[in-house]
Amino acid sequence: MMATSKQILEQEPSEIELLLPWHAAGTLNARDARRVDEALARDPELARQYAVIREEYAETIDLNESLGAPSARAMHKLFAAIDAEPERKPHASLNVAARLTGFFARLSPRTLAWSASLGGLALLVQAGVIGAVLMNERPAAFQTASLSSNESVTRDLGAAALPRALVRFAPDARVADITALLDKYQASIIDGGKGGMFRLQFANRAMTRDEFNGVLSRLQNEKIVSLAVATP
Amino acid sequence: MQVLYGRHHVRVFRFGLRLVRSEQVAEDLISEVFLDVWRQAGKFEGRSAVSTWLLAITRFKALSALRRRKDAELDDEAANAIEDTSDDPEVAVQKKDTSDALRKCLTALTAEHREIVDLVYYHEKSVEEVAGIVGIPENTVKTRLFYARKKLAELLKAAGVERGWP
Repeated sequence: MMATSKQILEQEPSEIELLLPWHAAGTLNARDARRVDEALARDPELARQYAVIREEYAETIDLNESLGAPSARAMHKLFAAIDAEPERKPHASLNVAARLTGFFARLSPRTLAWSASLGGLALLVQAGVIGAVLMNERPAAFQTASLSSNESVTRDLGAAALPRALVRFAPDARVADITALLDKYQASIIDGGKGGMFRLQFANRAMTRDEFNGVLSRLQNEKIVSLAVATP
Repeated sequence: MQVLYGRHHVRVFRFGLRLVRSEQVAEDLISEVFLDVWRQAGKFEGRSAVSTWLLAITRFKALSALRRRKDAELDDEAANAIEDTSDDPEVAVQKKDTSDALRKCLTALTAEHREIVDLVYYHEKSVEEVAGIVGIPENTVKTRLFYARKKLAELLKAAGVERGWP
């Protein structure tokens, strides 16, 4: 079967021939990769051309790798420019969470502190009201709970703490994929960027060890996750 | 932004450097690219990989930077580049160093051919992604790379290197 590579001489490349560079780079879909493999097995001239392409591929990578990296000047210039950027207005299509984040980000620290204090006070008042209602609804005869002297008064924070994991995403993970994954696992990023690892917190409730191991296991199997380990 | 910059700045720099051929300009380019990303983050629709989006912005910025240069400057640089690279492969062949000659010829390709070779081989972009970055139909992407490879073979042949294709 020389039909494919015969076309080289006529300067009319075949469809398979055109795909060879992507085959060398491993970026063809499974169907095309299979077609190319089959053609390579049939046609020695095509296989010879493929060997040339592999050489070009390797040299192009070497050439690019030899270009080095930019100096720190570029990074300093970028972050200085970002610092000098005017405050941005939130985009109309931002979701509710982003709007809330933007709202709190725009508040001054003092306003934020007062808001937090008022919020805390409101919670205390709310707790008091609920407590009073419960007391009134209970039957007249009741026993107060007593504390035995050999019981610990401290809570087991470890059992009640929200589960967390250190996760490294695959280099080609898209922002949209990561957002979808966070939604799927009801997780949020609470810290990240150090060494490419992100600290994720799951759900808003404590999990048993088995439950959490199950979550970690599923997470490990996600295509865009290259590492997931439990962390305090 | 630091995570994004840390992950992608080297590849953005190398892609830009291969297009503009000046480290100074390429460094300025990456600042401009990531600043644009910072400004336009809300416009990223997640339909392509972040790296593809970054390379498309880099290409646009690189071409704008090239256009800003005076024509005379550009001609001089192009002439120098051609002169340099046409000499170097000969020297390399004298040393029987095909690999070195291949590298020099890769550098001697036109900007249009260089970018497509780099996008496919080094940045490992699919046909569809290259089409998106360069702004041409997918079939044109395939044929352009084919003719870039043919040009590369011609340059090597002129330098005395025969590889058995075409």
